[in-house]
Amino acid sequence: MNPTRTHSLLPVISFLFVLTLLGGFLALSFSSLHWEWHWDSVWAYREKFLRGWLSSLLLSGATLAVSLPLGLALTMGRLKGWLPVRQLCALIVEVIRGTPLLVQILVLFYIVGSALGLENRFFAGILILSLFEAAYFSEIFRGAWLSLPQSTLTSARAIGLTPRDTFTQVITPLALRNCLPSLASQTASLIKDSSLLSIIAVTELTHVAQEINAFTYSTLESYLPLAFAYLLLTAPLSFLTRSWEKSLAYAN
Amino acid sequence: MQIESRHAGRRYGDRWAIRDISLVVPVREPLLLLGPSGGGKSTLLRLLAGLEIPQEGQILVDGKPLSPNESDLRIHRRRLGFVFQDGNLFPHLDALENITLPLIRAHGFSRADAIVRARRLLERFQLVTHSNHRPAELSGGQRQRIALARAMGHDPEILILDEPTSALDPEMTGEVIDALETIRNEGKTLVLATHATGFARHLGGQVAFLQDHRLTWTGPTRKFFETPPTEGARTYLSRIQRE
Repeated sequence: MNPTRTHSLLPVISFLFVLTLLGGFLALSFSSLHWEWHWDSVWAYREKFLRGWLSSLLLSGATLAVSLPLGLALTMGRLKGWLPVRQLCALIVEVIRGTPLLVQILVLFYIVGSALGLENRFFAGILILSLFEAAYFSEIFRGAWLSLPQSTLTSARAIGLTPRDTFTQVITPLALRNCLPSLASQTASLIKDSSLLSIIAVTELTHVAQEINAFTYSTLESYLPLAFAYLLLTAPLSFLTRSWEKSLAYAN
Repeated sequence: MQIESRHAGRRYGDRWAIRDISLVVPVREPLLLLGPSGGGKSTLLRLLAGLEIPQEGQILVDGKPLSPNESDLRIHRRRLGFVFQDGNLFPHLDALENITLPLIRAHGFSRADAIVRARRLLERFQLVTHSNHRPAELSGGQRQRIALARAMGHDPEILILDEPTSALDPEMTGEVIDALETIRNEGKTLVLATHATGFARHLGGQVAFLQDHRLTWTGPTRKFFETPPTEGARTYLSRIQRE
């Protein structure tokens, strides 16, 4: 018998066992519910559902594109800014991280947004979510910056690099390498966070599922595909997170 | 190029690391900074290299005071080579890239020219097979020789080394010492803090003995080892040589 082969099979068997156990438990729970499944009524709305999914994808992509630079700006403001700027950035990050996203969406959309005359819900949603995620990204960037070894920075000065070259050639590649796993994991959170925009009626996936539920009274048939649709977006990200973590462990 | 420290002092918080240091770095002759740990050797090297500025006294370069302005200090640093105790290579770059980075970014070489120079240095220090290895994949001695190559890339007149062998085991120390000897024989000025007294004695040149944050003696290396000039030097040597 080949021992390495047994080793490579063992995790697969174990995983199947765990999956069966979990699936069995869920199946048991559902059967005790005596739920009458009406997949046919939900199936009629499949196109609407798909459009909602694409809309969530677009919403998340746009939010990512806005919140990454915004998060970097908050980090720079906190680390290098003039004292009032440092305090402002720190305050923004603390308030955003310390309060529920739900409340932020309501306050920013109905109070700040209407004061500014911002009426496009999709656009407003992107801005509000971007601010929220930027606070988290900024903490990730700040941690990566602070964990840079001082000796490496001294080394950059010793060889005569300008601050600009030090930033582009040394700090950025090193810090980025360190924070990639956290960034990927926060991006998965971002995608799920976008579901809360349904409360200001942004037509994204969760909002669509709520509508389908209202039309068909088939709650589970509306929300189970919803969970699966989010998993479809977040699972590749957690896979990326793990493989990056592994390659980092090797490099260090 | 001539570097001089005139009554230079540097403190961290309210603790003085060195005070009232006056010495001239000899040209084309090694200068060895010896003395107990914590005596201020590293601080003096950093002042001479323009990595830090003195709070009293001054550093003179070719007779002119070194300006504390960051961009002037950068010009000064670019004229020197500096090697740290543990090499301080950039962990995200391989051996070749570690050497070409300063050549391209600080010394205006084209990428192609920088690579040619770096290859020549790697050959000289028997590191060609490691060109594409990152620091994490190399031994301490290999890392330190790459740090030497990085500091030598732009052909500086003066090479400043802060305990370049103290993080290495004896075999690797040998590798680095051989490399340093070659460099000295090429007529470079070495300024080095070290505890490797056998090597120091062999290098010759001048000794500056630092103890308790002050410079207590300067003179020829031979004389320092034949008849240790001060009580502090005698204690230091007997402690070091017992190890």
